Amino acid sequence: MSKLEAQRSWGERLILLVPYLWLAAFFLVPFLIVLKISLSHTAVAQPPYTPVFDVAAGWSGVIRALSTLSLENYALLGSDSLYLASYIKSLEIAAGSTLLLLLIGFPIAYGMARAPRRWQPVVFVLVVLPFWTSFLIRIYAWINILQRDGLLNQLLLALRIVDEPPAWLSTDTAVYLGIVYSYLPFMVLPIYATLEKMDETLLEAAADLGCPNWKAFWLVTLPLSRPGMVAGALLCFIPIVGEFVIPDLLGSSQTMMIGQTLWAEFFANRDWPVASAVAVVLLCLLVMPIVIYEQVQTRDLARGG
Amino acid sequence: MFAPWADPAARPLVRFDGVSKRFGTATAVERVSLDIFSGEFFALLGPSGCGKTTLLRLLAGLEMPDDGRILLDGAELTTVPPYRRPINLMFQSYALFPHLTVEGNVAFGLKQEALPKAEIASRVDEMLALVRLEGFAKRKPQHLSGGQRQRVALARSLIKRPRVLLLDEPLAALDKKLRSETQFELMQLQESLGLTFVIVTHDQQEAMTVAGRIAVMDHGRLVQVATPQEIYERPTSRWVADFIGEINLIEGSVTEVGRSGTVVASAAGRLRALSPADVTAGDVVWVALRPEKVRIALEPPPVEGENCVAGQVADIGYLGDLSIYKVRLDNGIIMKTAVANVTRLVERPINWDDRVWLTWSSEAAMVLTR
Repeated sequence: MSKLEAQRSWGERLILLVPYLWLAAFFLVPFLIVLKISLSHTAVAQPPYTPVFDVAAGWSGVIRALSTLSLENYALLGSDSLYLASYIKSLEIAAGSTLLLLLIGFPIAYGMARAPRRWQPVVFVLVVLPFWTSFLIRIYAWINILQRDGLLNQLLLALRIVDEPPAWLSTDTAVYLGIVYSYLPFMVLPIYATLEKMDETLLEAAADLGCPNWKAFWLVTLPLSRPGMVAGALLCFIPIVGEFVIPDLLGSSQTMMIGQTLWAEFFANRDWPVASAVAVVLLCLLVMPIVIYEQVQTRDLARGG
Repeated sequence: MFAPWADPAARPLVRFDGVSKRFGTATAVERVSLDIFSGEFFALLGPSGCGKTTLLRLLAGLEMPDDGRILLDGAELTTVPPYRRPINLMFQSYALFPHLTVEGNVAFGLKQEALPKAEIASRVDEMLALVRLEGFAKRKPQHLSGGQRQRVALARSLIKRPRVLLLDEPLAALDKKLRSETQFELMQLQESLGLTFVIVTHDQQEAMTVAGRIAVMDHGRLVQVATPQEIYERPTSRWVADFIGEINLIEGSVTEVGRSGTVVASAAGRLRALSPADVTAGDVVWVALRPEKVRIALEPPPVEGENCVAGQVADIGYLGDLSIYKVRLDNGIIMKTAVANVTRLVERPINWDDRVWLTWSSEAAMVLTR
């Protein structure tokens, strides 16, 4: 009996170990490598930075290498306004498009959850369907739609809404459009999941206690779908901050999002240390909203108990 | 005695007037006309799917009738939306708001009326004290036991002082002991607040315990509306007699109708029943007998006559307070008799396969025509 329990607890421990090993191997180790590169100096070499750990020299080699590390790349990020502008731009676009996604995604999710049961699988597939086409192809399609003589302008001209075709490409509008279009399912699905689980008798109870429909929505549906909205917002906000392809293809080259800056440092300038510093700061920025959310959650739980 | 339904001058509080409700092709409620009076504890009783919950939801305004009218105090209620009806419903699932505390749930109805904060707070406290949940105001519903949730739901639906409180299977989720305690609490509450309660239940014992009047429903129709005693002692049909409690039914034909009762010739012999029934000689009827009104003996009665049948004990069910004997009569009919175990039984006086005689008085028997 006790032997069996010991075995089981071993097995359980092993299972618990798997995600930690996974995180260590594919998150922690790469992060430490990036962190180390961010503290290094640029060099015309392969790899393009120094120092490189000289394992052959043993401990003294490692210590010598560590002693040459410095924070100068982080100082550069603070001194050159290009980086700050690009962080702000990223956060601005991410916050703006997350808000837009909430405003557009919620009604869609609400409509899906309220659709007749037999239609729900169909609507669900319709929301997921865009994923079956390559993301890149869909963004290129938007270029076609948005370019000067593209579909959008032809339509606007035909309907006599505009006389002169406006420029859509290389504007923030195009970036917002591309982001909202691409990320919509990530906002819709978590909200749909919470709305779909919601007990409809709660709305009947609200009506019974004196709430017209709009008020019941405000007092019951909306608060109960908050976990879905928070999950959707995090799922969208975090990758949007680091988004590279959409602003690169649809946006202007005047102000870059942080993903573009990162790309330029790595590939155009071949400045791996600065690029790594940019990445580390970005990561810190992104961890913050998650930590805040976690704290709110634990506070709510504590209050509930 | 409180019996406004017997008074032709009394004005009903709630009146269903030929109300029907269909869901697709299924009829949930069919031409129901029913009066409920102020101060009544009224029960809607029936098997699941009989339309009792639909009738309740029609009164709450959560369903709209296809036909007929619902009146409250003589005024049209049919078109009034649920949020403007002075009627509250306690849901079977309780439907407590999971994002609100106990206090928030109970205050919900009052907040919709834009009352002053201080008044809301004092009425919530008062209501929580009434259902004995004073210490739980700040808890979320998911941190309460089933019985506590039930009381929160009750408090939430009572706090607006509704003209009619509707209770949809309010005790179904409680265990047996708690259920019977809560039944008496509900009765006390209804009496002390002087409110009108309408309860939906499938449990006939519960309906008999709490209600002053019961409407028995089947397939969307009202089958019988009467006091518990009347429904038990004078059911209008075999279906009601069978649904409420246990019943022995013996088919026969009327041979004699007179002042000394109705005589029925059956496979079990000549049976006499005093119950008044609108029958004439030759009608096919059923003599109905409650098991507890049938006496069982190992010896034949000194004067053998009517209402005496002989048989063999086929089965015995020992329930503690009662013993149920199933007796196979000589003609094959099975009759049940319930005997109160008034003395401690060490050894059963009547055993399996014993030859026994069943007798009953003609007052105990009823004659049913349908």
